[in-house]
Amino acid sequence: MPSSIQLTESGRLKHFLTVSGLDKILLTEILDTADSFIEVGQRNIKKVPLLRGKTVVNLFFEASTRTRSTFELAAKRLSADVLNINIDTSAASKGESLSDMLRNLEAMASDMFVVRHSQSGAAHFIAESVTPGVAIVNAGDGWHAHPTQAMLDMLTIRQNKGAFEGLKVAIIGDILHSRVARSQIRALNTLGVEAVRVIAPNTLLPRHVESLGVTVFNDLASGLRDIDVVIMLRLQKERMHGALLPSEHEYYQLYGLTREKLRFAKPDAIVMHPGPINRGVEIESEVADGSQSVILDQVTNGIAIRMAVMSMAMSGQTELKNALAESAL
Amino acid sequence: MHDSKTVEALLSSMAQELGNYLEHNDIREYELVGIRTGGVWVGNAIKRLLGSQQPIGELDISFYRDDFTRIGLNPRVLPSSLPFASEGKHLILFDDVMMSGRTVRAAMNELFDYGRPASITLVVLVDILRRELPIHPDIVGANLSLKSNERIKLTGPDSLSLEIQKTDP
Amino acid sequence: MTIEIINGKMLTPKGEWTNFKSIHIANGLIVGINRQGEKFDAHTTINARGCYVVPGLIDLQVSLPEPGYQVKGTVESETLAAAAGGVTVLCCSPDTDPINDSEAVTKLIEELAGRSNHCHVLPLGALTRGLKGEHLSEYAALKDAGCIALSNGYHPIKNLAITKRCFEYAKTHDLSVFVNPIEPSLHLGAIHESHISTTIGLQAIPSLAETIPVAQLIKLAEATDVHLHLSQLSAADSVSQVREAKAKGLNISADVAIHNLLYTSQQIESFDSLYHCMPPLRSESDRLALLDGVRTGVIDAITSAHQPHEDAAKKMPFAETEPGISGIEHLIPMAVKMSDNNELPLACFFEAMTSRAAHVVKLDTPIIETGRAANLCIFDLSKKWRLSEEDMLSKGKNSPLMGQKIKGHVVTTIYEGRISYMADHA
Repeated sequence: MPSSIQLTESGRLKHFLTVSGLDKILLTEILDTADSFIEVGQRNIKKVPLLRGKTVVNLFFEASTRTRSTFELAAKRLSADVLNINIDTSAASKGESLSDMLRNLEAMASDMFVVRHSQSGAAHFIAESVTPGVAIVNAGDGWHAHPTQAMLDMLTIRQNKGAFEGLKVAIIGDILHSRVARSQIRALNTLGVEAVRVIAPNTLLPRHVESLGVTVFNDLASGLRDIDVVIMLRLQKERMHGALLPSEHEYYQLYGLTREKLRFAKPDAIVMHPGPINRGVEIESEVADGSQSVILDQVTNGIAIRMAVMSMAMSGQTELKNALAESAL
Repeated sequence: MHDSKTVEALLSSMAQELGNYLEHNDIREYELVGIRTGGVWVGNAIKRLLGSQQPIGELDISFYRDDFTRIGLNPRVLPSSLPFASEGKHLILFDDVMMSGRTVRAAMNELFDYGRPASITLVVLVDILRRELPIHPDIVGANLSLKSNERIKLTGPDSLSLEIQKTDP
Repeated sequence: MTIEIINGKMLTPKGEWTNFKSIHIANGLIVGINRQGEKFDAHTTINARGCYVVPGLIDLQVSLPEPGYQVKGTVESETLAAAAGGVTVLCCSPDTDPINDSEAVTKLIEELAGRSNHCHVLPLGALTRGLKGEHLSEYAALKDAGCIALSNGYHPIKNLAITKRCFEYAKTHDLSVFVNPIEPSLHLGAIHESHISTTIGLQAIPSLAETIPVAQLIKLAEATDVHLHLSQLSAADSVSQVREAKAKGLNISADVAIHNLLYTSQQIESFDSLYHCMPPLRSESDRLALLDGVRTGVIDAITSAHQPHEDAAKKMPFAETEPGISGIEHLIPMAVKMSDNNELPLACFFEAMTSRAAHVVKLDTPIIETGRAANLCIFDLSKKWRLSEEDMLSKGKNSPLMGQKIKGHVVTTIYEGRISYMADHA
């Protein structure tokens, strides 16, 4: 099972690869721990000594300034030493294999890898290959999962709405190619929201998407009725080229979140977006900057969530290392 | 053994001693901080006895413990909250039971990350005197020695009382 | 070399199990069955008590990685692995380097196979030059050199017009065409399109990528009168289409890779690259339809689709790994599993890998009868063992059975009257 690789025998987190397979209690623990780290971020000295002396390597096979910098900041606030490695995938395919690269990095005594890769399952592969005691945190793999993003979104929802029970959430946009959406849907269902809806044209929905635990809407207005939380996904320009969409213009007409369209949702609905935002493509500027938008909260929460999962995963690996040392005696 | 009446009595004498101590050291303005959870209860009780209305800060020291490599992270961390700026202030730090001194060391490290205090006065209800670090309270309710298979717990928040429990062999 | 096999059960030409007292082999032939009264000087006696004897298996789809990919395996190592699997005849894919589109490469393969002499190797020639799907290769030369049929080696053909020409030219030389049905514009991804691919976010291949070309190929075969053999079907609808085509009397046959009968895309939830194959493992309903196809004879043959790989080829994020399972050595344990699960009777499995497979490539029906070639497989149904890398003779250890407990194994394989494989603890 995909998740059993993430947990120690006693059910503590030792890798954070996917929301899938983690129960409500563990997800809530992540959110609660993040709350404490939010408080740390408000202090004069925004650091705690938890990961002091540990080396965290940001292993990014896909370029990403924002995600990488939040992970870097999170690691530094935990007092860890941070190494940033950006790998140009074309060079990687010419030279070292992924396995060899890991061996070399491990020889430098790294304690944790934060990995972003264009292939689904890459973080799992790395977690399976790495020496016991080294924690892996998935910063996004292919279309599969982006668990830290999902968790910071959950934290944002909890801050603004209190509880998950009874909430209706709509995710709008390119679900087919979205690892963020997959992780969000899993997290929302595990945390017990009342309903998750996806709103998109059929070309942007994966086959059997209902099996993820969502209802499908092709029409934005009806999909937004009664909604408490609106999550917008970014539309990538490439989608226009593969006969998935005719034009940005038509997409904005049908699925762009304007002030007008937002009125179909509940009056106190919040608007979220994992960023970066395409103004005028998926969302109107006035909505992105408006009173219902909590997009900036998401960014702050991102650091706290990442601090939480990094300390929890390091904690789990510690438990594992102690257990191994004991059994070797 | 140490029922609520006894604890009440201890707290009274501690409050008196604290008052004298502060006067003697010319500390007129101060902020109150308790180490969660017992330290906060002790702090609230003494605060009432002193007739103070000040809010009391609450410290969760989970992120500052020195045993992270041995036991990992506490799964039930709660956010610390200091409802005042501590830079340059005199702080009174409360804890319920002091033993090795490590908890207080962690609490002091955390307090310094909020700002540099002018001074810290340590007030402890029960001192088991099994120090592993050179840290000592300024005000103590009672000294107590325990057998190696005993430990002491403060129950509360209403009607505070101390309980000695046997630990598993 | 003379061999005597005693006291086992054998599969009769009628497809029934019967006890035998002795089978005598000499000069490459079966010279007597149950003739224990007669004097027979056996060099080797094999006690088959508790074991079963069947004709040697015929495997219509094997990737021999030589020439070109020797890091994955050689003709020597993989034909030996075939013998260990009970196989005495195999057809090898033209997807080598260089591609087998010339008599030179065909002859090379045959020479290597002859030198090793572990089993009979029948090369499949490339349907198009370089398997690029554009130009015909020299079918007459390939046939003369020894190719038993032509194959597209899991490469797409550029368009239907070229496919039609290939079929017409093949018919001219009385050659069968083995075609993996692929529609390249739909065949993008690493696994079957289902709720599983949706959950784990891997780009996926819908069944349409196979079922649409199946329809097209059948129509072209009908129009050109060529014998079309559809290689490695994976989807339920493909089976239905073959059933209809056969009912119409068309000259169509089909095979299925054994792993599509045992596994589904469920195995891939944990990104285990050992289950990455092409065509992909599909859903449970597809698997059941394929089993039904084999049971009813709509699907003529079962193949191993043996594809050995070096370690590194499987040690990457899933979609970057190379597809293929090293499975030829474990045909018998997989057959035992299907029989134990009441999904495919053993007799039917052997039919699909002996007489029906032989029929596809126009070989004599292999049967255990006096006067026939001595190609036999002796196996034990009940022995339980755990598979480790040291057990495998194939250079490729990419088997999802690795580390698992399996039941059944080959005791001895006899190829043209010689022992081509004998288990260590026979």
